[in-house]
Amino acid sequence: MDTSRTVYLDHAATTPTDPRVVVAMAPYFTEEYGNPSSLYAAGRRAKRALDEARAGIARVLVCAPEELLFTASGTESDNMAVLGVARAYAGRGKHLVTTAIEHHAVLNPVEHLAKHEGFSATVLPVDEDGRVTPEQVVASLREDTVLVSVMYANNEIGTIQPIAAIARAIHQWKEAHGRKRADAPFLHTDACQATGFLDLDVQRLGVDLLTINGSKCYGPKGIGVLFKRRGVKLEPLVFGGGQEQRLRSGTENVAGAVGFAAALAIAAEEREAECTRLTELRDWFINEIQARVPKIVLNGHPTERLPNNINVSVLDIEGEAMLLYLDAHGIAAATGSACDSQTLDPSHVILAIGRPYEYAHASIRFTMGRQTTREDLAYVLDQLPPITERLRAISPVRLEMHAKKTIGSGASSETAKALLGQRPHWETKQ
Amino acid sequence: MHPTDKKLTSTQMQDAEIVNERTGEKWVYSEIVKDHFFHPRNLLLEDPQEGQFDAVGIVGSPACGDVMKIWIKVDPTTDRIADLKWQTFGCGSAIASTSMFSVMCTEDGGIQLTNALQIKPQHVMERLAGLPNRKIHCSVLADKAFRKAANEYFRASGQHQRVIVEHARVVDDRLNITDKDIEEAVLEGAQTLEDVQRKLKVGVGNPDAIPEIEQLIRFYHEKYYG
Repeated sequence: MDTSRTVYLDHAATTPTDPRVVVAMAPYFTEEYGNPSSLYAAGRRAKRALDEARAGIARVLVCAPEELLFTASGTESDNMAVLGVARAYAGRGKHLVTTAIEHHAVLNPVEHLAKHEGFSATVLPVDEDGRVTPEQVVASLREDTVLVSVMYANNEIGTIQPIAAIARAIHQWKEAHGRKRADAPFLHTDACQATGFLDLDVQRLGVDLLTINGSKCYGPKGIGVLFKRRGVKLEPLVFGGGQEQRLRSGTENVAGAVGFAAALAIAAEEREAECTRLTELRDWFINEIQARVPKIVLNGHPTERLPNNINVSVLDIEGEAMLLYLDAHGIAAATGSACDSQTLDPSHVILAIGRPYEYAHASIRFTMGRQTTREDLAYVLDQLPPITERLRAISPVRLEMHAKKTIGSGASSETAKALLGQRPHWETKQ
Repeated sequence: MHPTDKKLTSTQMQDAEIVNERTGEKWVYSEIVKDHFFHPRNLLLEDPQEGQFDAVGIVGSPACGDVMKIWIKVDPTTDRIADLKWQTFGCGSAIASTSMFSVMCTEDGGIQLTNALQIKPQHVMERLAGLPNRKIHCSVLADKAFRKAANEYFRASGQHQRVIVEHARVVDDRLNITDKDIEEAVLEGAQTLEDVQRKLKVGVGNPDAIPEIEQLIRFYHEKYYG
């Protein structure tokens, strides 16, 4: 098979590190290796580098440098926002609000708090495009709500949430309930996928906490940031030397911070042009794939979606099988199929937008990046129809389009009938 | 016959395996699995002709991500499998293991039904030079579909004493909870893992059983309420 060409279309998983970022980071390994907490010159130089990185990121987020905390990942920042705020304000209330399509880095800590620390959580449903409304959020607020966490853009289906409008609605609710801006409930948004595509100005967004990380925007892996508006209190998760305002102990990742700042500056500068370029490619690809392959369903909002995100269900095909064939042709993509997950659960996001399980198993995500060209996509579009045809020939399943949400209703009546009255297929793992 | 269809010596099997040196866990598909995935044997690509097969068996559900369908033709004088064809909606592991299962049933001019019914998922896995741990679960359809097809053949040919009756199977080995228990819990209205756990305390005994229990809940929910 043709493996001469490689097309990487999994930028939502991670991006390559920009060579300019690597150059910026290089001195901080062997030359400027000092610990920013040290008093002597090498320590002070490291401290200065860290401060400059923080200031650079603050310029992009339009906040004060002191409002930024360096962490090790987007996951850590999300955890810190959810667990940190919930625990710090547990005396005021124990209610949390989030959405059904959040990343597990938000959902799992929320679940943990609900299960083990006496919190209650409202998980808002989304519409068939994956959106929540400000009205939904406000309707879920209670006297004891301390945190609302809604992601800026979804990692699987690319749907963008109206964060600024949600923030305004929460502020109005607070005002009507006699609360100040610095009082709970606070709004956190996971902006990891939005970085490089959407406006990260926290003043315009009106959020109280915001998560970003390096590895999604051509920066290094192993570095994340949590923006925490001045006045919002956090209970730390990591204790030790008291770094990062005593909120996140551990020797700072100076090289990572420098690289992240460099990556963000580049991303901010190239954002507009890149968005225009990728939106055009995205819409062209979605139209082409629907024209060339029968029984394709687009997952996510048609326009309110990240410029680089394409997520489709290729009916009657199991996603992992599709990925293996694409991989054999040098194409890297992702799937929401259970067979590609550790837990054997299909994508909670595809299910949350009301698609049947069969659609989740059949979902394929292509996420473009800076290196993606029209030629790359044309190559993928040439490979997809024969692969789909082959896998459909192998498959005994014939789904009907536009199946309703009911579990299993996507199966054709013939298959459904054949399956009735039988026992499950998985048996003893001897 | 493809070269990889042959039975393997243990050294060959070791060569074909890709093992994480630290954990000992296989983490990618072996060359044999890939070969069977990309070149499946005994696929049925067109609708079967009238009389082409004696019986058909189908198991799984699209909602669970796997459906397996197997057709068989049996030589009544020798009881050997004269032909076996299949289709699957499933991942790489499901496709490759069914392909290998079909090879094992039809090799040497077709094996006898009695012997074919002895083939278990682990025998198929051995011939495939192993599967990644988390994918073993996906490879257990072929023998189930085959058993259904064989039962249909036994009934059609009046060999009722040969029909294999399935028994309840233990899912959680620490609390001895079976798939039947979960089926009953779903029939009593349980819809989520938590519901079933409340009714049966299932999953408390063995946390490793939870993914499978969740699939069972989905399966029975679809069967009775889908």
